[in-house]
Amino acid sequence: MRTLRISGLALRVHVRACVVMGCLLAASAALALVALTTGSALSTGDALRTLFGYGDAATELVVYTLRAPRVLLALFVGAALGVGGAVVQSLSRNPLGSPDVIGVNAGAAAGAVLMILVLGSESGVSLGALVCGLAAGLLVYALSFRRGVKGTRLVLVGVGVTAMLHSLIAYLLTRADLYESQGAKVWLIGSLAGANWERVWPVALAVVAGLPVALGLSRSAALMEMGDAAAGALGLRVERLRLVLLLIAVGLSGVAVSSAGPVGFVALAAPQLARRVTRAPGPGIASSAAMGALLLGAADLVAQRLPTPGQLPVGVLTGGLGGLYLAWLLYREWRR
Amino acid sequence: MRWTGLGLSLAVLVAMAALSLAVGAQAIPIGEVWQQFWHPDGGETAAVIHDLRLPRTLLGLCVGLALGLAGALMQGLTRNPLADPGLLGVNSGASLAVVCSILFFGAHDMTTWVWFSMAGALVAAVAVYALGAHHPTRLVLAGSAISASLVAAINGVLALDSGVFDQWRFWDVGALAGRSLDVVAQVAPFVLVGSLLALGLGRGLNVIALGEQTGRALGVRLGRTRLLAGVAITLLCGAATAAAGPIGFIGLMAPHAVRAFTGPDHRWVLAYSAVLAPALLLAADVLRRVVVRPGELESGIVTAFVGGPIFIYLLRRRKAVAA
Repeated sequence: MRTLRISGLALRVHVRACVVMGCLLAASAALALVALTTGSALSTGDALRTLFGYGDAATELVVYTLRAPRVLLALFVGAALGVGGAVVQSLSRNPLGSPDVIGVNAGAAAGAVLMILVLGSESGVSLGALVCGLAAGLLVYALSFRRGVKGTRLVLVGVGVTAMLHSLIAYLLTRADLYESQGAKVWLIGSLAGANWERVWPVALAVVAGLPVALGLSRSAALMEMGDAAAGALGLRVERLRLVLLLIAVGLSGVAVSSAGPVGFVALAAPQLARRVTRAPGPGIASSAAMGALLLGAADLVAQRLPTPGQLPVGVLTGGLGGLYLAWLLYREWRR
Repeated sequence: MRWTGLGLSLAVLVAMAALSLAVGAQAIPIGEVWQQFWHPDGGETAAVIHDLRLPRTLLGLCVGLALGLAGALMQGLTRNPLADPGLLGVNSGASLAVVCSILFFGAHDMTTWVWFSMAGALVAAVAVYALGAHHPTRLVLAGSAISASLVAAINGVLALDSGVFDQWRFWDVGALAGRSLDVVAQVAPFVLVGSLLALGLGRGLNVIALGEQTGRALGVRLGRTRLLAGVAITLLCGAATAAAGPIGFIGLMAPHAVRAFTGPDHRWVLAYSAVLAPALLLAADVLRRVVVRPGELESGIVTAFVGGPIFIYLLRRRKAVAA
């Protein structure tokens, strides 16, 4: 922690966190460039020329209609999940906390599975997921409200609701026929295949609107981690702050899940990875967003390029990459 | 007071076991159940009781006991109210082993799966334990990291191979039905050893709840308690998952529900969980036979639907939530 002084103003800066943020953003940008310019359909030179505005209709189709939405979707969904995870972990003061725990993912998944298997509507999947995800998040909040919401009670009620929703999903999966059931399962793992601009905009808007608010509240959130009584004594309106933070988390992850499926583990791992790499105190909203974006972007790139029969859903790789990375960081800490 | 409660819980458990023998597509009066149970006459009713409902009831008892105890141990060990017995990677390790056995060895019957899933559970638990043994938070994180990697591998296989997916989806929902007495006999020794270990650990967990330093100052060997708890969880949860598939929620819920009656003392939490978790599992199992006659629903599904509302009600009723 350094203090920066410019003509009477002072700003406290965590140097390591800033450097790490820079690296994460640079890595994400590099990743986006690689994803845009490499691949089977187009030579790297042609893709670069198209990016600088000298392409023809065919190359523009590949770069701007096929590749760009997918890259941006990965980055924005990753950022949204990262912020959602950081906020919920801070609220619940529990490293296992993430929007999945408070029912958002399960709600969205149930909505999508209902749409796919019961109503047979492919086009309504995103909308169904969004509505059910938000509804589940708010239901959990309402059920855990009893003269205020305690962090622990919030996540535990979330666990109860999540379990019920998951069993609903499992029930629907065993009752449907195999082909449809496997289609639903792929959605449940999370996939960015077939990304288009219509799927990018909602997530982009949610991140652009939600991230600054979350950043603005991150100091208060850090104070709240000391406990409700201490935070209240310091002049925070604890209950209102908690509702706002929760709304941000639920909104961001609801939108993210509705456009990419419940991509697993990003929301849980991104804040933990960010915290371990930056070694900074507090909820680490910005670094979690960058880490989430990088994690999902990398996972999606690998998912596209792995020589598997049929493309793997990206959710498989976020779990794999994120899990192994976290295990490796823990191993290094253990060695020290 | 607590002894009375424990006696009442035991009575509930016995009643549930009796109901589980009596209720089903063909309802049998309790008197006849009693008669046929001790003196089977070789008729159809005796066959229903001895070949179908008895294995299922015994399995429900074993699995419920194992999951309840494993959940209570896990929450005490990690000091985290969100910890479920699967957190040590046991469930995902077992699932991956089952998937691999279907994929590589073409295994498709329960008795083979049991051994594969026990082995998978053991390997995963050792990995998690080696990474995170020294601190509760690290154990939790190591567990979720390893579980995520394993689940990723499972999902990868399932997404690419629909034949494996078709077999696996029925193992995954968690079911008590269709398992023979052989399966019960296979897992019962593991559950027995695990339960005895678990019930002896209450005092140690109480000390862990006070924190590292206090525990050390009180002269308790924390490392030994943690290791024994890890062994017990692996045995219990591995056996339960092997026999009935991953039934997740009950192990997380039972200790919380039980704490509403016992308070934070782990000796009582363990004892109550050991009795009430199987009672809940059997109740769910009976209920599902009644609700959708003549068809059935998988246990994992009903457990969450019955347990979820009870759990939320208890959470709302209680003033403070202690881990």
